[in-house]
Amino acid sequence: MLARVEGEGALDLSIENGEISELRLRIFEPPRLFEKFLEGRSHLEVPDMVARICGICPVAYQMSAVQALESILGIEPTPWIRDMRRLFYCGEWIESHSLHIHLLAAPDFLGFSNAIDMAGKYPDVVRRGLRIQEAGNAIISFLGGRSVHPVGARVGGFWHAPAAAAAAKLLAELQALLPEAEALVLWTAALPLPHATQDFECVSLGHAGEYPITRGRIVSSRGLDISIAAFADEFQESHAPHSTALHCHHRGQDYLVGPLARLNLNLDQLPAPTRALLERCGMRFPSFNVFHSIVARALEIHAAFVEAIRLLEAYAPTATPYLEAAPRAGVGFGASEAPRGILWHRYELNEDGSIASARIVPPTSQNQARIEADLRASLHRFGLEQPEEKIRQHAETVIRNYDPCISCATHFLKLSIKHKA
Amino acid sequence: MQRPRIAVHKFASCDGCQLAFLNAGAALLTLAQRVDIVHFAEAGWLDPLAEVDIAFVEGSISTPHDIERIRAVRASANYLVTLGACATAGGLQALRNGIRESANWVADLYASPQYIESLPESRPISAHVKVDLEIWGCPVTTEQVLGATANLLNGVAPVNPGEPVCVECKRRGHACVVVTQNAPCMGPVTRTGCGALCPGVGRACYGCFGPAELPNAASMAKHFEQSGLSKREVARRFLFITSAAQPFADIGRHYQDE
Repeated sequence: MLARVEGEGALDLSIENGEISELRLRIFEPPRLFEKFLEGRSHLEVPDMVARICGICPVAYQMSAVQALESILGIEPTPWIRDMRRLFYCGEWIESHSLHIHLLAAPDFLGFSNAIDMAGKYPDVVRRGLRIQEAGNAIISFLGGRSVHPVGARVGGFWHAPAAAAAAKLLAELQALLPEAEALVLWTAALPLPHATQDFECVSLGHAGEYPITRGRIVSSRGLDISIAAFADEFQESHAPHSTALHCHHRGQDYLVGPLARLNLNLDQLPAPTRALLERCGMRFPSFNVFHSIVARALEIHAAFVEAIRLLEAYAPTATPYLEAAPRAGVGFGASEAPRGILWHRYELNEDGSIASARIVPPTSQNQARIEADLRASLHRFGLEQPEEKIRQHAETVIRNYDPCISCATHFLKLSIKHKA
Repeated sequence: MQRPRIAVHKFASCDGCQLAFLNAGAALLTLAQRVDIVHFAEAGWLDPLAEVDIAFVEGSISTPHDIERIRAVRASANYLVTLGACATAGGLQALRNGIRESANWVADLYASPQYIESLPESRPISAHVKVDLEIWGCPVTTEQVLGATANLLNGVAPVNPGEPVCVECKRRGHACVVVTQNAPCMGPVTRTGCGALCPGVGRACYGCFGPAELPNAASMAKHFEQSGLSKREVARRFLFITSAAQPFADIGRHYQDE
């Protein structure tokens, strides 16, 4: 259950006789109690409310919510609405992934403490990243008016259909940038990424005929294949004392969600140009090296460009950008692939259309157990006798592979190491 | 000449207002050439106690530790500027303020509530320290933030328009959603700055930029009621993104309790 987003993090590490005796990733974003605020509100207010849970991925929150609510109301989105939701979401993947690659992750691998310093030596790389990020924001704004907490989406579809001229202008911008998205993939594949394979379960949505973004069943690398309604039977959340983010396990085990898990499980659904680019870049997927997440993000940016261009080429405005239905009581589920992984919602609606209860499971609470397991293995391999500063840097780099959330994915890790004889 | 120094701090929030900097594109690189960014955790700078010319603050105060932190931020800064609805008005999370059961909500949502440290109310920065400039919005825009930065660093009083969304809406030539759809639009009492986005897509403004200057909120509420909204629905129009800001707070509570 989520009542806050991920914020600042700290790592507590105890080392006893050369072994890690305790490792805790603490997340201390104050609780914001969103699920309680939703109770009693009209279902029509939900998209604007849940967007405020996360400024980096508001589209994901809106799309999981409308899917759940529409399933209760019996609304079946038209092809136009489905396509525009996929386009809208492609914008968020491009924006969020590019921000993570350039402003958060890449400085680690090239020896800088921030992207501005990195821009001193690699100005073209950083500028390319910012342009790609802007393109993602432009897609969101095309349908949503603005990229943070967009106002265009509603239960039933979109408030309005943008003009064909606006679509043509956006299409031209994306076509012009596509070669840069291609170059970005090749650039990430050439980064000096550590070799460190681990054994873990990958979990993502899967949908016949498309790379999963807005819908699908829940599938895993160990053969899981369930409907999203069955999520709570397979996955359990628990509250660790050291964190305001809940830990989610799959039958007692940690698991991975996010770009690497999605790519590993859905390689055959990549658009053809992205698959060809993957061949060319020399990387092999499925990969169980979490450092390859940065390449997975770049490949997903490229796939999102290809998809967005395809959808815009076919764009025509519609007279029915949204569908309406009378409220009724019921329970509904929604799941979509936020940039960081599966975002699962469950709502119970009263007869009058007000929310009786809400439950939200964000990707970071799903990845938190995996991050801790990874840190144990990675720091052990790295060498616990290394100086504290080096351990801190390595731990940060490992954590950032998961892009837990923008503010804890940064250099704000307080490391406390206790050595016991 | 020494370059001006700025810091960006985060409290309880969604991180969306900091994106006004991180989504600025090439302007972000230009900014970094003109000022020294000394603390901005999201982007990799870490020195929370450094003396600065401008401290930007995102997020509301909602834990005992937050109070200590914001006092330290105030002591280190020449100007303190709040970014967005959380820092300026307590944010959406201020919906818990004044609700007696809210103390139990933590227990409803967390298995081990004893581990959660939280104040009973989510409050704006100005409830705890002096604020020099409040920038409204959920989220604030890059234009607002970079504009205020340029003004402050050049010794010019920042422009902080308090006129309602209606003015901008008319300027853009949108069809009025009140007149054409009888929609419960908050535009007449909401501060401008978004670009009249909601009427632009044919929907009612929901007040995410907070109260305009001298809004006639009582009259607005009465209009909503006359146009068919129930008292609870009227209350919810005012008690949303900036529920702790006056006069939205009083009007909203009045209709909610009736």
